[in-house]
Amino acid sequence: MSFINYKTVNKNNTTYLYCYGSWRVNTIDKVEKNLLKLKISNKLVIDAKEIKELDSSGALLLFLVQKNALESGVNAEIVNLTPKQERLLEIIKSNFIQESKPFKVKEDFLADIGRSTVDVIKYLIEFIGFIGELFIRTLDIFKKPRNFRIKETVYFIQSTGINALPIIGMTSFLVGVVIAYQTIVQLSKFGADIFVVDASSISIARELGPMITAIVVAGRSASSFTAEIGAMKLTEEIDAMKTMGFMPFFFLVIPRVTALVIALPILIFFSDIVGIFGSMIATNAQIGLSFDIFINRLYEVLALKHYVIGILKGPFFAIIIALIGVFHGLRVSQDTESIGKETTQSVVNAIFFVIVCDALFSVIFTELGI
Amino acid sequence: MKSVIKVENLVTKFGSKVVHNGVNLDVKEGQIYAILGESGSGKSVLVKEIIMLLKPTAGDIYIFGKNIKNLTSKEVQKLKQEWGVLFQFGALFTSLSVANNIAFLLKEYTKLSKKMINYIIDEKLEMVGLDASVKYLYPHELSGGMIKRAALARTLALDPKLLFLDEPTSGLDPVGARGFDELISNLRDILDLTIVMITHDLDTIHNIVDEMSILADQKVVAEGTLEEILKSDHPFVQKFFKNEYVNKRLKNV
Repeated sequence: MSFINYKTVNKNNTTYLYCYGSWRVNTIDKVEKNLLKLKISNKLVIDAKEIKELDSSGALLLFLVQKNALESGVNAEIVNLTPKQERLLEIIKSNFIQESKPFKVKEDFLADIGRSTVDVIKYLIEFIGFIGELFIRTLDIFKKPRNFRIKETVYFIQSTGINALPIIGMTSFLVGVVIAYQTIVQLSKFGADIFVVDASSISIARELGPMITAIVVAGRSASSFTAEIGAMKLTEEIDAMKTMGFMPFFFLVIPRVTALVIALPILIFFSDIVGIFGSMIATNAQIGLSFDIFINRLYEVLALKHYVIGILKGPFFAIIIALIGVFHGLRVSQDTESIGKETTQSVVNAIFFVIVCDALFSVIFTELGI
Repeated sequence: MKSVIKVENLVTKFGSKVVHNGVNLDVKEGQIYAILGESGSGKSVLVKEIIMLLKPTAGDIYIFGKNIKNLTSKEVQKLKQEWGVLFQFGALFTSLSVANNIAFLLKEYTKLSKKMINYIIDEKLEMVGLDASVKYLYPHELSGGMIKRAALARTLALDPKLLFLDEPTSGLDPVGARGFDELISNLRDILDLTIVMITHDLDTIHNIVDEMSILADQKVVAEGTLEEILKSDHPFVQKFFKNEYVNKRLKNV
């Protein structure tokens, strides 16, 4: 099938444009550019007699050719249309917009930077507002404890805490093994192998345990909080709840935050144990240090404070993770794409702010000499 | 008149649940054809089977005279460019602006220049009664009626010969709904479309539908023009068309 569906003939000082065959949206692309550039110096007659199929895009093209000719001061007409095609062309003509603006808006680089900056500031303000609201609602709960949802809270302790035990156990164990393994290599250069117990136990209890737990929980729970609440927002469930006079804060936010505040310290406790156990196994495998000696040494060096500091970070990390997860969920707008965007952001921000918080603690505790 | 869609002895089962048991229908070229039935009677399933989103358990569906079971993947691809489907909630791509939603098909299936695509977008938007400035907006910035219209514009981008509409007037106000009816009927006349729709809207049925079929008891219990349907004494037809409200409306015809 030939796609060349027109030919031009010059006769009696007039250009005849004979069109034939199919003038459909998927066939006119072959000739569109040539036709729109067509230069006619005298009269133009578009003969549509042989057109077999004409759809609205084909008619639009015919009309554009005619319009171009007319605009360059040439007399142009379309002849031999069937009544139906005539009507189609009439509709195309009446719907035509003179000033057709391009459908892609060019983004200004500077404007883009400006917009992003404003967005970040807005985000921070909204987040601070959210923290404020949480604070007030928590006070409300103390005034009226009936608003506290025990059932939901327990459910979230299960899903964010207990269900996370296997993965946290695995990661902590491996990190414990790696830490001990790497430390021994360095320490044995000085013949100070036994100090591996100090290095691994203190670093795990103080820093690594809480961090690993927080990061795993941020990945698991911040994302699921965002997606759950985001989906509820999309389906207008949250609006429905509001119209019934229920505070979404009591049902959605506080149970999640409370659950995580309870679960995270326990998870850190668990992570510490498994991590130090990992170190013990690695030490035993590497230099044959017996478990008894390891544990005795652990009693001497791992002061309670290291351990308590690690656990104390738990509730703070928990609040950060839960708040960011829920906050991003509530930010989901009406399109499905934003769930994905907000989920990514909530995990990234949760991990980032957990690390920021940890750094702050580090400075504070060191300055206090603890 | 040529038959555009022919469904023969269609059977659909989901597990042990029988949805269709011997459905037959025949849509002719240039018709506006409605499929009616109670909710749960399998209207959507039927349409989904015709547009090849679901596979029937047994039976044959012919589109443009060809059995869709025996099409090669190339023919399927070609067929899919010849029909357009308007989903109940528009199903506009949320990550794309209205213009890009319409341009999507044009960019994928034709080699038209940006300029021409742009002209076509304006043309389609104008055709469905939307202002050209709408094209920069994203689906979530549109109202329900605008979404329907924009989705229709996207459906029309490739000038399909066959159009499927799922509850085109649901969620529209009465004035908007009648406007939409008129739009559909005009488009049918101008573009030589064949239209199949699922609808519950009595006014739509009365104003623009040529023929319809009633799905009940797992099969088509009545098929034909409104007058022919009204002769049926099936309980659903009685309930749907012969209540007081409808009697009043139909008397005025």
